[in-house]
Amino acid sequence: MNFTNFGRYILLLKSVFRRPEKMKIYLKEIAKQMDYVGVGSLGLIAIISTFIGAVMTLQIAFQLVSDFIPKTIIGSVNRDSSILELSPTISAIVLAGKIGSAISSEIGSMRVTEQIDALEIMGINAPGYLILPKIISGITMVPMLVIISMFLSITGGYIGGSVSGAVTPAEYIQGITTDFNPYTITVALVKAFVFGFIITSVPAYEGFYVRGGALEVSQASTRAVVISCISILACDYIVTQLLL
Amino acid sequence: MIEIKDIYKSFSGNDVLKGISGKFEEGVTNLIIGGSGSGKTTLLKCMVGLHQPDSGSVLYDGRDFTPMTYEQRIEVRKEIGMLFQGSALFDSMTVEENIMFPLNMFTDQSRKEKLERVDFCLERVNLAGKNKLFPAELSGGMKKRVGIARAISMNPKYLFCDEPNSGLDPKTSIVIDELIKELTEEYKTTTIVVTHDMNSVMGIGDYILFLHEGKKFWEGSNKEIAHTDIQELNDFVFASRFMKAAKDKF
Repeated sequence: MNFTNFGRYILLLKSVFRRPEKMKIYLKEIAKQMDYVGVGSLGLIAIISTFIGAVMTLQIAFQLVSDFIPKTIIGSVNRDSSILELSPTISAIVLAGKIGSAISSEIGSMRVTEQIDALEIMGINAPGYLILPKIISGITMVPMLVIISMFLSITGGYIGGSVSGAVTPAEYIQGITTDFNPYTITVALVKAFVFGFIITSVPAYEGFYVRGGALEVSQASTRAVVISCISILACDYIVTQLLL
Repeated sequence: MIEIKDIYKSFSGNDVLKGISGKFEEGVTNLIIGGSGSGKTTLLKCMVGLHQPDSGSVLYDGRDFTPMTYEQRIEVRKEIGMLFQGSALFDSMTVEENIMFPLNMFTDQSRKEKLERVDFCLERVNLAGKNKLFPAELSGGMKKRVGIARAISMNPKYLFCDEPNSGLDPKTSIVIDELIKELTEEYKTTTIVVTHDMNSVMGIGDYILFLHEGKKFWEGSNKEIAHTDIQELNDFVFASRFMKAAKDKF
């Protein structure tokens, strides 16, 4: 994003947060978007998180070659990695692909078929009506998905360790319950909130300013996912630096 | 009445509108005509505020629209209905929801009242009973009629139509033209139609403004248009063999 685009992005956000014309309609739209972002992504997040947790356990066990290191450490490392990094970041990148491309295509198609112009002519704040419900659903549902992802990732580690014999269930449970720092959850939720904002607002921006036809809509969709992923990784570093 | 005064608009140094002025009266069908790239759609977009003119003014019954704030424009826009070239119906909504959408946003009517209004608008465009269909299930002509029904749902004072006949067969085009004319006369709206369809020009053009290369070249009625000496206008109006033959005959 160059400075012109960043400026336009900020101006678009200013329009997004204008007072809604009718709160009842916006609330209905927010509920619809929450269902799509949250419930609609639950299955995908569950599968990815469980497998990542299981694979993490196997890889940590593989790297622990010293007999001086207790096996309980596998549970601890898996827990902290899942909470601090894997659940928020991997979930966000996956969601950027799934939700981000859908948002960009939807808004982009509305732009090229003059539906956004139709909203403007009716006197409706198009950025507010189209983007605000998506951003609200992103900043509320992504943290919830991340909490579920944390739980499933740790559970996946338990299953992976037990099935493969890399770590006994007792050692794993002891590992995940030893020296737990609840602050890591706070850090993960802050990340999830920021990522939820990026996943919804960046693709919305890309879609909103599309010019042309189907080709440009698809290009905007690709650009939206790429920029969202890079922004997620950059913000991941910044938030980690600031909070840890 | 809508009045435009000395409208200029350029894009990246390319002058598209070069000082256009005109008056569009209520209760008559006003046409903006011109060839492709003549600036007619840009002029329409400047009038409704989708583009900001570089200079000049657009007056809605004396209210200057161009310097208005966002909130002031919203009030004027509630009085505007617009039919888009591609109809611009919301894909995710049924016909009924499309027409009801502005009513939901800006009125406190009960659901029953809104449904009655939807039925009335659909009846007015001869699409009674099509409430539950989605835009994807409609033909081009039906989409245009739903677009008109949505445009009139709020009882607009000003009705804009951007190429209402594009992509339609001649018979359906005439139906749409007649519908626009009927609604204009019935509700006394100030109607502005952007078109390059000669059937529309001859059929419903009470007042015609001809644009050529971003300038106003001629204004008058459909009765006068066949008798002008302006070369650019004659080249446009009588471009087809059929129109040429018709002119020679009469």
